[in-house]
Amino acid sequence: MVNKIVIENLSLQYSDGTESLRDVSMEIYPGSVTVLFGPAGGGKSTLLRCLNRLNDLADVKVSSGRILIDGENILDSKVDVIALRRKVGMVFARPVVLPMSIRENIIYGLELAGEKRKSKLDEAVERSLKLAALWDEVRSRLNDPAIALSGGQQQRVCLARVLALQPEIVLLDEPTSGLDPISTGKVEATLQELKKEYTVILVPHSVQQAARTADQAAFFLQGELIEYAEGKKMFTSPKQKKTEDYIMGRFG
Amino acid sequence: MKRLFAQNRHAVQRIGFSLITLMAVITVLPIVGTVIFILIKGGPAISWEFLSGFPHDGMRAGGILPAIIGTLYLTTGTAIFSVPLGIAAAVYLAEYAQDNRLTRLIRLAIINLAGIPSVVYGLFGLGLFVLFLKFGTSILAASLTLSIMTLPVIISTSEEALRAVPQAFRTVSISLGATRWQTIRRIVLKEALPGILTGVILGLERAAGETAPILFTGAAFFLPRLPGSPFDATMALPYHLFVISTQVPDMPIQIQYGTALVLLAFVLTMNLIATVIRSRARARRQW
Repeated sequence: MVNKIVIENLSLQYSDGTESLRDVSMEIYPGSVTVLFGPAGGGKSTLLRCLNRLNDLADVKVSSGRILIDGENILDSKVDVIALRRKVGMVFARPVVLPMSIRENIIYGLELAGEKRKSKLDEAVERSLKLAALWDEVRSRLNDPAIALSGGQQQRVCLARVLALQPEIVLLDEPTSGLDPISTGKVEATLQELKKEYTVILVPHSVQQAARTADQAAFFLQGELIEYAEGKKMFTSPKQKKTEDYIMGRFG
Repeated sequence: MKRLFAQNRHAVQRIGFSLITLMAVITVLPIVGTVIFILIKGGPAISWEFLSGFPHDGMRAGGILPAIIGTLYLTTGTAIFSVPLGIAAAVYLAEYAQDNRLTRLIRLAIINLAGIPSVVYGLFGLGLFVLFLKFGTSILAASLTLSIMTLPVIISTSEEALRAVPQAFRTVSISLGATRWQTIRRIVLKEALPGILTGVILGLERAAGETAPILFTGAAFFLPRLPGSPFDATMALPYHLFVISTQVPDMPIQIQYGTALVLLAFVLTMNLIATVIRSRARARRQW
């Protein structure tokens, strides 16, 4: 069986020379939380942004290698990127709610996809907000501006907005970096729910979060994949010296 | 000794503040002064007949209706041409254009367009629209000329408004499966609209008050009736003011100031609308 995502010899460089990836190969399994961790500038976010081709917006100098999702190379220029982005949703570090109501935020992607039926949209709003553990808090004020919510609530709107599209893969780029511990806990708990249905890939904002959430963990250092293993093994008995040093807090 | 020094510094600071405040007040004086002066001198001339009547007795009596209507026509005509073109150009520059030679050339052209004296626009309009394209001395030719003059203002303010919309909105929208154009239409333009409208009004306001560009292209000295088509010439407030101030002997001074007051009111009203739009949008803005 082919795995959900297969990355083969992926290399990438931005034209300003900042973050890059060097010959990264890994397979990502469905039904689990895969954590990409390591110090800043290691290429984790870049890798995430390759998976939904958001890097198309950035100034990429060279890239080579392949990324297969369900056996299809998504780096191919003939790929329908719009469909890809509906299938591979993304939550960003800073909660960015669009300047509209909570409800409009959630249905934004669906409406773009051509869904007009109110019943379907209502259903999606309820389902995705429940999944993001926000329904009870906002059900009575869905038409309020989303910006009026707290930071943690906004981030869960962002998550619900992605889930409304019923993607297959959910990418999260330090989704809790600006959140308080309680909101962080809610998001982390949600991840454990999500992995039952979705392939979840998370760039955590700390090693501790990586250890808490990872089924699989990949350690990135300066664009290279140093070690990739089951989460439990990685954080108890790493094989590589560099991984161990980072986990133990000797650098980073 | 040290204490004395500190007190000195305090005094210097206070003098500095007073000077700056004084200068700020001085900048307000000309506009306030002009408005009050025109209001006092021209106020008595304003009446229903003045606003709704035609001039008679060689413009020495009667009203200025054709000039008011003419300025409305010219401003509307200018808006028809310059607003869609200006906004489209701004969207291109802010959202699509890459930093290359062509873009730099366009920007250079816009900057220079803004620096050209208005009388030169008038001559250009005469050559291109009136003579070469054979539109004649007409509302159409004058509106087109004013449009060219207004474009740089609309383009640069609109571009600025578009760029002020946070980049993160675009990224998020694209990541949710929107195309670039859907993102612009549904998010960026909507958020930039108040800023764009402000720019549009400021540009049109300038067009409404200009004399030189319409001098050779569309303005009439005197017309006994209102213009019936875009190919007719028209009277207009700024040109009418020029005419009755310099070309008509024994002109009652009240009518001159009355006309100036109407023109000023027209322009300041547009300004006020722009200010209201801006402050209301700022209060409602969600970023």
